[in-house]
Amino acid sequence: MIRVGLRMLLGDRTKLFGLIFGVAFSTLLICQQTSIFFGLLARASSVVNDVREASVWVMDPSVQTIEVPYPLRDTELGRVRGIEGVQWAVPFFKAQVIVRTRAGRLENGVLLGIDDASLVGVPDEFLQGSIEDLSRPDAIAMNPAGFRLLFPGEQPVLGREIEINDRRARIAAIVDASAAFTSNLTIYTRYSLATQYTNNGRNELSFVLARPAPGLEPERIAQRIAARTGLKAVTTEEFRLESILYILKTTGIPVSFGTVVLLGAIIGVAIVGLTFHQFVSDNLKQYAALKAIGIRNGRLLGMTLAQAAFVGAIGYGFGLAAAAAFFHFTAPVDALRGFHLYPEVAVAVAGAAALIVLASTVLSLKRVLVVDPATVFRG
Amino acid sequence: MSTTTEHGAAIPEAAAHASAVRCRGIEKSFGDGSARLRVLRGADFDAAAGEMTFLVGPSGCGKTTLISVIGGILSCEAGEVRVLGTELRALSNRALADFRLAHLGFVFQQFHLLPALSALENAAVPLVARGLGHRRAEERAAALLERLGLADEMRKFPTQLSGGQQQRVAIARALVHEPSLLICDEPTASLDARSGHTVMELLREVAVAPARAVIVVTHDSRIFELADRIAHMSDGVIAREERRAARSATHQHSLPSTT
Ligand SMILES: Nc1ncnc2c1ncn2[C@@H]1O[C@H](COP(=O)(O)OP(=O)(O)O)[C@@H](O)[C@H]1O
Ligand SMILES: [Mg+2]
Repeated sequence: MIRVGLRMLLGDRTKLFGLIFGVAFSTLLICQQTSIFFGLLARASSVVNDVREASVWVMDPSVQTIEVPYPLRDTELGRVRGIEGVQWAVPFFKAQVIVRTRAGRLENGVLLGIDDASLVGVPDEFLQGSIEDLSRPDAIAMNPAGFRLLFPGEQPVLGREIEINDRRARIAAIVDASAAFTSNLTIYTRYSLATQYTNNGRNELSFVLARPAPGLEPERIAQRIAARTGLKAVTTEEFRLESILYILKTTGIPVSFGTVVLLGAIIGVAIVGLTFHQFVSDNLKQYAALKAIGIRNGRLLGMTLAQAAFVGAIGYGFGLAAAAAFFHFTAPVDALRGFHLYPEVAVAVAGAAALIVLASTVLSLKRVLVVDPATVFRG
Repeated sequence: MSTTTEHGAAIPEAAAHASAVRCRGIEKSFGDGSARLRVLRGADFDAAAGEMTFLVGPSGCGKTTLISVIGGILSCEAGEVRVLGTELRALSNRALADFRLAHLGFVFQQFHLLPALSALENAAVPLVARGLGHRRAEERAAALLERLGLADEMRKFPTQLSGGQQQRVAIARALVHEPSLLICDEPTASLDARSGHTVMELLREVAVAPARAVIVVTHDSRIFELADRIAHMSDGVIAREERRAARSATHQHSLPSTT
């Protein structure tokens, strides 16, 4: 009888299209928006993420996020280095800077200063040049998206000069940094150079990055550093989460995305619910006839649920494919860099689509179950 | 002594042949209070296997109500509703549905075919509902549709068929599982006179069988000649019965072709 139910559905192309469209629409909207939401959250912690060698971050006790650092005294670096169990500790500098090109283009960027000696804190993915090139005079490394932002229509090349806060800088390497939250332009340079770009050489230590000696837990070392220095010390993972929570708490992002997702679900329920209602109305006499023939309510229920499952599965498939296509075709767009369809989102949205279809079916289901077979003999 | 039908219900043999349907004193009302309408007022009705019984009478006298009770899709307030040896009033809704699927066939005035299914698939529905595979169900439906003159129409959909053809598909659907009781409510009322007559002749030829009782509700006097027996209903009771001897004779004569 399930086959009969599916044939009934396939026989009404207009409604079938409406039902599939409704589910696909919701799936696309929810998948796409949720994935972008998680992508944005990932950006909120991408600077933390990109520092792979260190597992403990030390900062001023008032700092809540990577986005808003507060200067430490430069003596703190030495104190952290002196704590037993710390294998090494390096300075890390972060600031927002204004960048200008010769052509007069002005952009906002994230400037990251790494330890002059060890060059710890840059991601490994050098597309042009290498980490050693950062040791040259006025050398900076820039991400490709940042380059294209500064030099529209050009592919990244080395040797270009720009001004950072009115001081000269040369692009000595192109490094594939993750997309950051506040800007598409990420610049790495030596710590000493970074402080010159921003503060006329005055020492401004944003963070101390540390690594525990082999076999020691980052949590333990973080606790020890905090206890000995009175500073805030957390693991990379903790700082990543704190930075994400900060964005969640202080911006309208969750509300804005939540609203769109909710609307997507409501519109889906409306489209699917109304169309399914109409479909059942059109077939109510047929359901009554099937009941008169002797088909039990349970089997009609199964038939209707099979129709719902069919529509749900196909609609979800189309919606998911559309969302995947969106992220595939927008992958080269720098502004959407790092956004992709999360498998977890795809799985969760499958559940959401099932709920949407179920919610839409429930009312119509009741009509199928209560229709009186005796009505088949009447007009 | 009793025989077991293909579908498991034990039917006393005597009942199957003599009185397939035996109703006594059926009472049925609609509504309550001052709006209460007594439709069946102690109706007695019988139908025998091997016969085609017509239930006739003026519009509104309670014919459809009576066959709905006999068909187990409407409950009544009082009386005895014995169908194929089973007292229907003792059955739950679920058991009634199973009983209908196993033993009864219905033909409605409005056909009520599933528009998305072909003639063949429509005719096969009761067998599929009983768990038979689609292939085998459609084989049996096809044989029946052929006997009903629809060999070339099997793949067509209801909207591509004339009214008479649709009703023949509905007859195939009602008979495909070889029910012991076939109930038809005004099967020709939606058809013009000629195709109505063709449909009734085919119905008589294909449906009447020694082990099957056929009840046809109609007020179309032009087809009365096809009945073995006519029960005249008025005001909620069977007022008078008449037997058509000649028809019974031709029926006896045509028996071999229906087996
Ligand atoms: N479900 C119902 N509710 C109220 N009145 C009904 C219902 N079904 C039938 N009736 C009434 O019962 C009477 C008999 O109806 P019916 O059995 O359909 O007559 P017939 O089939 O002989 O024309 C009519 O007056 C009809 O209006
Ligand atoms: Mg009637």
